[in-house]
Amino acid sequence: MLDFLKSTVGRKYIMGLTGLVWMGFVLAHMAGNMLILFSTDAFNAYGHAIVSNKPLLFVAETVLLLTLIVHVTTAISLTIENRAAKKSRYAVQPTGVKSTSWASRNMGFQGSLILCFIILHLITFKYGAHYETTVNGVVMRDLAKLMFEVFTQPGYVIWYVVCLILLMFHLSHGVHSVFQSFGFLERKMQAGLKTFAWIYALIVVGGFLSQPLYVFFIHQ
Amino acid sequence: MDNKKPINLTLKVWRQQNTNSDGKFVEYDAKTVSPDASFLEMLDAVNEEIIKKGDEPISFDHDCREGICGSCGFMINGNAHGPQKGTTICQLHMRNFKDGEKLVLEPWSAKAFPIMKDLMVDRTAFDRIISSGGFISTNTGSAAEANSTPIPKPDADEAFLSAACIGCGACVASCKNASAALFTSAKISHLAHLPQGAVEKDKRALDMVAQMDAEGFGACTSTGACSAACPKEISLINIAKMNREYLRASITKKQEMAGGGEG
Ligand code: HEM
Ligand code: SF4
Ligand code: FES
Repeated sequence: MLDFLKSTVGRKYIMGLTGLVWMGFVLAHMAGNMLILFSTDAFNAYGHAIVSNKPLLFVAETVLLLTLIVHVTTAISLTIENRAAKKSRYAVQPTGVKSTSWASRNMGFQGSLILCFIILHLITFKYGAHYETTVNGVVMRDLAKLMFEVFTQPGYVIWYVVCLILLMFHLSHGVHSVFQSFGFLERKMQAGLKTFAWIYALIVVGGFLSQPLYVFFIHQ
Repeated sequence: MDNKKPINLTLKVWRQQNTNSDGKFVEYDAKTVSPDASFLEMLDAVNEEIIKKGDEPISFDHDCREGICGSCGFMINGNAHGPQKGTTICQLHMRNFKDGEKLVLEPWSAKAFPIMKDLMVDRTAFDRIISSGGFISTNTGSAAEANSTPIPKPDADEAFLSAACIGCGACVASCKNASAALFTSAKISHLAHLPQGAVEKDKRALDMVAQMDAEGFGACTSTGACSAACPKEISLINIAKMNREYLRASITKKQEMAGGGEG
């Protein structure tokens, strides 16, 4: 089994598995946060419900942290080896029918910025200013207030938009790639999968984008 | 295409004396090239001129010139085997190019494919991958009547499509990671689809992937460059099949046991 984990094929399964966990997470995270568009109380109550379930929170956070660390370290090891395997780049890059998508060629770049984003995002929100509010008689953290504070600053909004667009590209390639890595790809699925990956990416990123843009342009 | 007017091209060709020397681009003119000529015929004519001047001709690999042996291949403007899909460079015709075009010719780039000279690279890494498991060990005797071994049509079709690989190396050359996944997977899936090959499919998947990694090819990142450049249009589904064959073989790895018969 150690041979498997060290092989290029085995590490693709690891990239895929850890990517899949985060694919699920970003979809759920996006969906939950959509509440901000409708009711600040509902949004705060939702956040409160999540942090109140301590065992579940612990499991979820541990899984997310571990899978992220594994995804990133495996990405680094594969990227280093892949660069070494290509002796030199060509003087001319292909165009036309033999070219490839920008997203597929720049997974490492997108990932690196996504990683910076995740870290800063945790500092801004999870470990950010702690306001309080009362919803239905329960005292809880007022994350909505913090969100309004953050997303009324143009710099933050631009940073979020840029990172989310990179996430969109990462997903547009990753969601389709994972099927090939896992060996699920079949001839008749090929065209449909690319469309599916783009739809997935657009739903996640479109949803996420609506939140800061709503706060910036409509809420204030 | 009716346009039979000859064209003139400028070629920027990678010249390198041997594996260890430094290479550089050298420019050549290809004058009055017939649109009916193949790319290699055009190069032959350029070489004639070079020889007349007393210089060393450009080295490139070729053999059948029919698109079936897998010997030929280099990059034209960043495209492995040139701009046309599903074509080897020997079957690429000059009608695909415009008068006055400048073409950059480079050898395959991969650590596992050292440059031998000019546009020729050493592809013996592929031979070693094949020797590690790309065969069947049973003696099938002389050719049997084709229908005596029943194989479902869809499996036979897939096996044929995978078997079309000619081992040219364009997949490695076009891949930004110099991954040999398409080549290796074509052989693994070709044999796994057939009853004669299926008995050894686990060992084959394990050994061939191990050899592919040992040769220093990179990992697949599913860019699809390989399949787009492949003259035989080998499908990415072969890579998916290789991955699941490899996963299954890794999990169910069997050991040879003492007392199991002399075998
Ligand atoms: C929200 C976070 C993320 C999600 C949902 C995600 C998802 C994915 C998925 C599904 C794949 C395809 C895996 C496969 O083909 O089997 C992938 C590949 C990749 N990811 Fe991520 N990823 C995320 C964050 C990151 C981060 C933080 C980095 C790194 C620094 C990163 C770097 C990469 C690289 C380099 C690949 C290509 C590797 C390969 O194909 O072998 N990703 N990602
Ligand atoms: S898979 Fe295609 S590109 Fe790769 S060696 Fe075989 S024929 Fe050439
Ligand atoms: S020379 Fe044989 S395939 Fe081109």
